[in-house]
Amino acid sequence: MNKYDAIVIGAGHNGLTNAAYLAKSGLNVLIVERNPYIGGATVSRELYEGWTYTNCSYVSSLLRPEIYRDLNLARHGLQVVPFGGGATLTQSGDYLGSYTNHEVKRREFARHSLHDADAYERFSTDVMRYCRFIRPFLLRTPADPTSFKPKDLSELFFLGKNLYELGEEELYEFIRFFTMSVAEFLDQYFESELVKAALSGSGLIGTALGPYSPGTAYVLLHHYMGDIDGNVGAWGFARGGMGSLAKALAGALQEHGGELRTDAPVAQIRVRNGRTKGVVLESGEEIDAPIVVSNLDAKRTFLKIMDQKDLPDEVVERAQNFKIKGSSGKLNIALDGLPEFPQFPVGCPLIKGDLHITENFEQLERAYDDWKNGTWSKWPYVDMMIPTLTDPTMAPPGKHMMSVFVQYCPAKLADGDWTPDKREAFGQTVIDAIATFSPNFKDLILHTEVRTPHEIEAEVGLTAGNIFQGDLSFDQLMFNRPFPGYAQYRGPVKGMYMCGSTTHPGGGVMAAPGANAAREILADLGRENITPEDFGDD
Amino acid sequence: MRAQYDKEHFRKHSLPTPFYPRMAELSQDSSWHCWKGYLSADYFENVELEYFAIRNACSVMDLSPMSKYRIRGQDAEAFFDRMVTRDMSKLKPGRVGYSVWCNDQGKVVDDGTIFRFGEHDYRLCAYERQYEWLMISSAGFDVDITDETEGVAALSVQGPTSFAVLSKMGLSGIETLKPFGIVHFPYHGGKLMVSRTGFTGDLGYELWVGGSKALTLWDELFEAGKHYGIRAIGTHALDIARIEAGFIQAGDDFTPANHTIRKDHDRSPFELGLGWLVHLDKPNFTGRRALIREKEKGSRYRLVKLDIDGNKPAHASYIFHGRKKVAGVVTSAVWSPTCKQNIAFASLEVAIDDPLNDLWAEIYYQRELQWNRVWQRCRVHDEPFWSPPRRRATPPGLF
Repeated sequence: MNKYDAIVIGAGHNGLTNAAYLAKSGLNVLIVERNPYIGGATVSRELYEGWTYTNCSYVSSLLRPEIYRDLNLARHGLQVVPFGGGATLTQSGDYLGSYTNHEVKRREFARHSLHDADAYERFSTDVMRYCRFIRPFLLRTPADPTSFKPKDLSELFFLGKNLYELGEEELYEFIRFFTMSVAEFLDQYFESELVKAALSGSGLIGTALGPYSPGTAYVLLHHYMGDIDGNVGAWGFARGGMGSLAKALAGALQEHGGELRTDAPVAQIRVRNGRTKGVVLESGEEIDAPIVVSNLDAKRTFLKIMDQKDLPDEVVERAQNFKIKGSSGKLNIALDGLPEFPQFPVGCPLIKGDLHITENFEQLERAYDDWKNGTWSKWPYVDMMIPTLTDPTMAPPGKHMMSVFVQYCPAKLADGDWTPDKREAFGQTVIDAIATFSPNFKDLILHTEVRTPHEIEAEVGLTAGNIFQGDLSFDQLMFNRPFPGYAQYRGPVKGMYMCGSTTHPGGGVMAAPGANAAREILADLGRENITPEDFGDD
Repeated sequence: MRAQYDKEHFRKHSLPTPFYPRMAELSQDSSWHCWKGYLSADYFENVELEYFAIRNACSVMDLSPMSKYRIRGQDAEAFFDRMVTRDMSKLKPGRVGYSVWCNDQGKVVDDGTIFRFGEHDYRLCAYERQYEWLMISSAGFDVDITDETEGVAALSVQGPTSFAVLSKMGLSGIETLKPFGIVHFPYHGGKLMVSRTGFTGDLGYELWVGGSKALTLWDELFEAGKHYGIRAIGTHALDIARIEAGFIQAGDDFTPANHTIRKDHDRSPFELGLGWLVHLDKPNFTGRRALIREKEKGSRYRLVKLDIDGNKPAHASYIFHGRKKVAGVVTSAVWSPTCKQNIAFASLEVAIDDPLNDLWAEIYYQRELQWNRVWQRCRVHDEPFWSPPRRRATPPGLF
């Protein structure tokens, strides 16, 4: 008799969510994590005494509120606090700010273009229409369009019904939307280069594509469809860093009797006679279970921890060709005080949000050109925040932590492998760029953690450091994620499942893949579905 | 075009209008709301007294936050004729017309008033901001469009003594101004425009000046009106009057099409009871094809004015056919102090076999924190609830 009913590999947020649901259903679940700490990319670590970094993912919006509520994450210590503000700074000393008050936000747009101030309303309405369309699918298993099973037919019907409800005109627009570039999409509304550049960031984050690349419009939507307490499109900080999210999920797992083992890297998923048998750790230890769920990306799952002889050729080939490009790096900086941004008037709340320094598509596209040439961007896109202005737990009073998401940063350099020197040079490029806007910034730096795709892959385990566990391109979404025929969380071997962002609905710290995979596993076991449904809009 | 705000604009959510210093003195409770980015009074002293200033004497309301656009150029008339549903060739210089404009799907983007100053010179006053829509709609037309919202201050002067007050102010010749007419006066080195327009269904005028003359206008107006019951009013009082007058309000009675996210939440002019504004015989205007189709196939909704039994306003009530089948919802409701009627607008779903003679409102109301429910019969009212002859009398009476 197996000690465990199921083993989940990887204690990132989706692995933890999946394991929590399996445990809640009454299964004996073990989650194994190769690092000495949990969280995967939702992790907060103290690398400099007194400062908590939010090392990888740094803001939350997409986390499904249904899961947040259902797993009692609040009681397990999670609090997502919305932040106000945000701005795109220009070299001329101006900026486009994003205020939380509607009228102030409008005036700020009007300061740059009266046309765009009005257009933003039309843009928001259109984006909300698409969000409203997509959101119900986040907590649903994608239909297999080639299947005639009642469940798939009913899912396809649901898809059709929702498409119909978009209305005829919107349906055309929506279909165009999936293959458009974010630049083309924004050009339909706005005239100001600064406005367009500021809004385009959401279409580029985590994506090895430029503003003019087809497919980036969808990525923008992907970042808009979340909410905080019903405030759609709002983002917030997990109090205590994104690691609190993983800790809360681990709390939920343990509440339901699940077990957690760190420092337990898996060498291989064991398969015998076409059935999953368990895992073998790198230490040689074998742990049996009839169900093994991989929270690793599709490439790593099928090419690293499975024996290719156990897999259909098609799966191996699909895994080899799976698009999972690295495009981003991260700097986490301990600061001795608050950096000054003199372009903001005294008391301006914009500094509390996400700050950016790329002011037109040209800069963004050139930044992407650098990536194509196998080097990091000379003038990067940054998504930089100072969470300590909102969250009092991350640094001593008066001190600050800055989280800087950086793009573009390739996984492989044209001049050979990443080295510590090159990593430092990359970090310096980013610091120099920020210092252009903040005269005292460099003097305040106490410690910097610099992470290129190389570190993200080596430490977190995301192939090529891709934050979404696979590109969010149309050919890898919905029933094609990760591969056609394998979008319903079941692997090619009986008893083997996938639950990471590599599956529908993709990355962004939603926890939806983990819950969706649990639903399919429970269905296969003939157990009652305990995963939550979408709250619904109407 | 950029707006002239500096970086400091974030310090207050709502900006003061040019009349703010006088209004702030009168506001007993500092009860303001944000009207398109400007401070607008809910009331100054007492909603009832302010309402009766509209119907009994002379009310003054700050209209400055209204979105105002100047449209000038050779093609101005052709441009408007193309954008709005109404036949604009009939609107002569010196006249004002109310209209709606639609998107290509024939759904109402907004409503507003169009002032024709001269052959090639217009002003559009709208509920929503329309700058982008005007830009989109003006492609190919020789027109110049500027946003005048910030620069033009406006007061709505409404009520039976409003004519007397303006005469007392020395605006000579105003007695010949007909409803929807415009007249200009020189004013302290600037200009004062008076239009016989309003949102109350009563005798009334709207006064338009450059922002720098705003306080002078306010002071002269109140001085002239001191023996005529003049009173500053907020939007709460106006809301009662406009429902009595049968005027719908964007944002209350329908959602402008560019803001609707959910299917079928937009409305066509026919569905708002504004079919009289749609001139399908015009060669071309935005939404015409869809509106012709709707005319053939039928509309989804109709907006009705309801006279409801009892005295409990049917705020947000469901309306039922025969107390069984949901027919629609109330969009605006109020007890009419002048008509002594319980009145409302409701948006009803159109179904051919449902006559409108057995409509009921399910009304929830609160007494000492306790909620009660009552069924009341509703009768469809075709005419405005209140439309006194003085509204159109030219010359108007003094009270």
